[in-house]
Amino acid sequence: MSSFLSSSIGKKLIMSLSGLFLIVFVLVHLILNSFLLFDSTGELFNAGAHFMSLPIIRFGLQPVLFGGFIIHIIYAITLTLQNMKARPQKYAVQNLKDSSTWSSRNMFVLGGLVLVFIAMHLMHFFVPIQIQGNVHDDAQLVKALFADESLGLVYTGLYVLGGILLGLHLAHGFWSAFQSIGFSNKIWRIRLEKVSYFYAIFIAAGFIIIPLYLHFFA
Amino acid sequence: MADKILKELTIRVWRQKDAKSKGKLESYKINNISGGTSFLEMLDILNEELIEKGTEPIAFDHDCREGICGMCSLFIDGRAHGPDDDITTCQLHMRKFEEGATITIEPWRAGAFPVIKDLIVDRMAFEKVLQSGGYISVNTGGVPDGNAIPISYDDAEEAMDAAACIGCGACVATCKNSSAMLFVSAKVSHLAKLPQGRVEATRRAKNMVAKMDELGFGNCTNTGACEVECPKGISIANIARLNREFLCATIKE
Repeated sequence: MSSFLSSSIGKKLIMSLSGLFLIVFVLVHLILNSFLLFDSTGELFNAGAHFMSLPIIRFGLQPVLFGGFIIHIIYAITLTLQNMKARPQKYAVQNLKDSSTWSSRNMFVLGGLVLVFIAMHLMHFFVPIQIQGNVHDDAQLVKALFADESLGLVYTGLYVLGGILLGLHLAHGFWSAFQSIGFSNKIWRIRLEKVSYFYAIFIAAGFIIIPLYLHFFA
Repeated sequence: MADKILKELTIRVWRQKDAKSKGKLESYKINNISGGTSFLEMLDILNEELIEKGTEPIAFDHDCREGICGMCSLFIDGRAHGPDDDITTCQLHMRKFEEGATITIEPWRAGAFPVIKDLIVDRMAFEKVLQSGGYISVNTGGVPDGNAIPISYDDAEEAMDAAACIGCGACVATCKNSSAMLFVSAKVSHLAKLPQGRVEATRRAKNMVAKMDELGFGNCTNTGACEVECPKGISIANIARLNREFLCATIKE
């Protein structure tokens, strides 16, 4: 088993399983966020946020979630370092744009930028709501950030950018995870790629619409 | 029909005296090349001119020159086997290039494929991967009856498609990670789809992947560039199969 985990395919399997776990997480996250769109009083969102603060979630599921992130990041770094070492002398001219998608070649950079976004995002909401625990109206906290008179537009822009980066990361990551598990062939690859693009656009659009709505219409 | 004549081309080519020397790109001019000239013939013409001038000719790998042996390589203008699709460098013709163009030619670049001289790289790493499991062990005897072992049409086709791999190394050269997954997956797949290959399937997948990792090839990130540049159009569906074979082999143990 240790030889499996140290093998290239083993490490890729861990990347894909942790990735699929995080893919499910972003969907759950988006569903909760969408409560802000459907209920302008914020009660629905507050109920969702309250549920997410229950001890069973905080101490049961959150460590698993953070573990998923950490594993995904550690293995990404390990694999990328190995990949960089595999070509000590670079090409003077290399043209990959005809043979692969931009996002597939830049997964590490995209992932890194998404991580920077997540760090900012945690500071905005996770720390006050879950760590400090002094927020009574979670929906108001979210609305206040995006409707802020001086920096609201900046935050809205940053969250839109975060959504785009996540979408690009998912566009390749989704189908790639299935490929790494071995669940793909000539027929399924085409299907998975379509689902991948649909999912990426759906998630990105969802996360982009919410801050835009809160900034301009709420 | 008269071929177009390329009056002048600039060839930027990697020159490296031997494995230990530090190489560099050097430029040469070449004139009046017919569009019907193959890329390797163009290099032959250039080499003759270099020899006449007393310069060391450019060393490059080649053998059959009909696209089936897997010996020729060359990273041309940033792409393995040049700008055309589904062909090896020997099948690339000068009509694909424009008048006055500067063509950059580099050897395959990968830690596992060290440069020996100029454009020639050592692809022994592929042989080592094959030695670790890319075969079947059978007792020799008479030729078996063709119909004795039934194989479905689809399986036979998939095995044959994977067996089309000529081991040129374009997949490694193209891959941004220098991963050999397309090569290894083709070699595992063409045996995995046939009953003769199933006997050693578990051992094969494990050993070949272990050898591939040991030789310093990178990890696959599923960019799919390899299958686009592969002269034989080997599909990355084979990589998914290799992943399955490897996972099953691990579970079985």
